[in-house]
Amino acid sequence: MNIPFILFFVCALLAVAGAVMLILAREPIHSALALVLVMMSLAVLYLLLGAEFIAAVQIIVYAGAIMVLFVFVIMLLNAGVEERTDFSKIAKYAGLPLAFFLLLWIGHWLAHAPAGAVIANGGSAPTVAFSTVELSKQLFRPYLFPFEATSILILIAILGAWVLARKEE
Amino acid sequence: MEFISQHPVLVVSLVKIAVLLFIVMTALAYLTWAERKIVAHIQSRWGPYYVGAHGLLQPLADGIKFLFKEDVTPPVSDRLVYVLAPFLALSLALTAIALIPFGPPDVQVLGQSVFIVSNLDIGLLFLFAITSIGVYGVALAGWSSNSKYPLLGGLRSSAQMISYEVSLTISVVGVLLLAGTLNFNGIIKGQEGYWFHFIPRWHVVPQIVGFLCYITAAIAETNRIPFDLPEAETELVAGFHTEYSSFKFAMFFMAEYANMITVSCLATILFFGGWLSPFPDIWRWQLFLPGAGLLALGAYCAWDTVAEMRGIARIQLAVVTLLMLGGGAICLIPPVAAVIQGPFWFTAKVLAFLFFYIWLRGTLPRFRYDQLMSFGWKLLLPVSLANLVITAFVIILPLLRHG
Repeated sequence: MNIPFILFFVCALLAVAGAVMLILAREPIHSALALVLVMMSLAVLYLLLGAEFIAAVQIIVYAGAIMVLFVFVIMLLNAGVEERTDFSKIAKYAGLPLAFFLLLWIGHWLAHAPAGAVIANGGSAPTVAFSTVELSKQLFRPYLFPFEATSILILIAILGAWVLARKEE
Repeated sequence: MEFISQHPVLVVSLVKIAVLLFIVMTALAYLTWAERKIVAHIQSRWGPYYVGAHGLLQPLADGIKFLFKEDVTPPVSDRLVYVLAPFLALSLALTAIALIPFGPPDVQVLGQSVFIVSNLDIGLLFLFAITSIGVYGVALAGWSSNSKYPLLGGLRSSAQMISYEVSLTISVVGVLLLAGTLNFNGIIKGQEGYWFHFIPRWHVVPQIVGFLCYITAAIAETNRIPFDLPEAETELVAGFHTEYSSFKFAMFFMAEYANMITVSCLATILFFGGWLSPFPDIWRWQLFLPGAGLLALGAYCAWDTVAEMRGIARIQLAVVTLLMLGGGAICLIPPVAAVIQGPFWFTAKVLAFLFFYIWLRGTLPRFRYDQLMSFGWKLLLPVSLANLVITAFVIILPLLRHG
C-alpha cells in the first residue's frame, strides 16, 4: 500500500461521488460545486500519472475559469431549486440495465488496456517523461497546425460572442 | 523512526509546513497591526496604542475577540456552502504560500532544502491554479448568505476577479519568456548577474510594463483599495462577508492578508530577483546587514523603552528590545549571516511591497464599478497583451536573423 495507490482510490471515489452529486443535487450551485470536485479529483489523477502540466491546466481552465463562470451565471440569474419529475418508464426499464452493462463493458476493456494495467499495478511510475518542455516541443512542432487551428476556432467563437452581445446602434 | 526513514520527503515536508504555517499566521496577525499603524500615521492618528506597548498585543486581543464572539449563522442560509466558503478562502490562500521559495535551494537539511516547502517544476502554473479557484470563497460566501448585499458583493467580486485574472496571467508571461522555465528557483537563478557591474539583472528592468500591469492586477485580485468594490462599505455594508461573524469573518480577513503576502512574494520572485541580493557578491559587508539592521532597531527600541514608556508597557518593550538585540547579535555570526542572506533579502522585498499596499490604502479613493471594468478590459488587458507580443518579438528576433 503505497501513498499514490491510496491517493488514486480516494480521488477516483471523490470523482465518482462528485459526478453522482452533480446529477442528484437539486440546487444548481450544489451541482456546479460537485462538478468542480470532479475536475479537481481528475487533476489529482493526472498528477498521479505524471502529467503535471495537464493537471495544472485542468484546474486553471476547468475549475478556475469555466466553472467560475457557471457559478457566476447561476448567481446572476438567481436560479432556484430544480423541479423534479418522475423517473420515466423507458429510463427505468431500458436505461438502467443498459448503463450497468456499459459500465461492465468499460471496466472489462480498461482492465485489458495498457492504461488500465498501469492503474492496476499501483497507479504510479509513468513510463514516459511527460515534462512541460517535452509537451511544448510536441505541441509546437508536430502538432503546430492543429494547435493553431484550434486557437483560431476559439478566436472565432470570441468574435461570435462579441457580435451577439453588443448593443444595436 | 521507521516511518521517517521510509518517507523522508513526507516527514520533512510536514515539519516545514508546520513551521511555515506558524510563521505565516504570526505574519498575518502583525500585518493587520502594521496596516492599522501605518494608515493611522498617514491620517495623523496614533492607531492601536493601549494593548501592549505601541499596541503590539492588539493582534492577540483581536484573535481572542474573534474566537469568543457569537457565531451567527443566518437561518435562511445554505448551511454547507456557508461554512465551506471561509474554509475554502483561507485554505487556498495558505496553500499558495507553500510554493514560495524563501531562500536558495542549496541550504539543506536531510537532503531537503530548508526554505522551500514544495519545489515544483510547474511552480508558477500551480500557483495560478490555486489562486484561480480562490474566487469560489468569495462567490460562494456571497451566494450562500441568501441576502441582498452579500449577493451583490459576491457578484461584483467574481466579475472583478475573473476580469483581472486575465491581465494578471498575461502580464507574467513576459517574464516566463525571459526566464524559459515555470520553476521559481529557475526564474530567480535567471536573474543573477549585473548590467554595468551594478544594476542587478532583475526582470523588472526589461519588463517594467509587465510589472506595472502585474501590480495593478494583483491589487485588484486581492480586493484591496482602490479596487475593493466587493466590500465597498458605503454601498454594500461589507460585501460578500456581511453575514459572517466571529471566526468565520476572521478567516476571510486572514485570507485577504495571506493573498496580499502571496502576490507580494510573487512580484518579488518574478520581477525583483527573489532571494538575490541587490548588491554584487564582492561587497562582503552586506553579509552583516541583517544583523546590523536588527541591532539598530533594537537600539531605537531601547531608547524608546527608557525615554517614552511607563509601567507595564516599559516591560513589554524591554522584552522586544532584548529579542531584537539578541537576534541581531546572532545574525552577526558569519555562518548564520551567510545562511540568512537569502531569506533576509526576500523578506525585505516582500515587506516593501506590503508597505506599498498599505500606503496605497491610506492614499487612494475607490474606483466606480464601470470605471473598474473599463480600466481592466480596455486598458490593462491591451497593454499587457502588447507587452507580451513585443517581448516575444524581441526574443525571437535574433533567432530569425540567424536562421
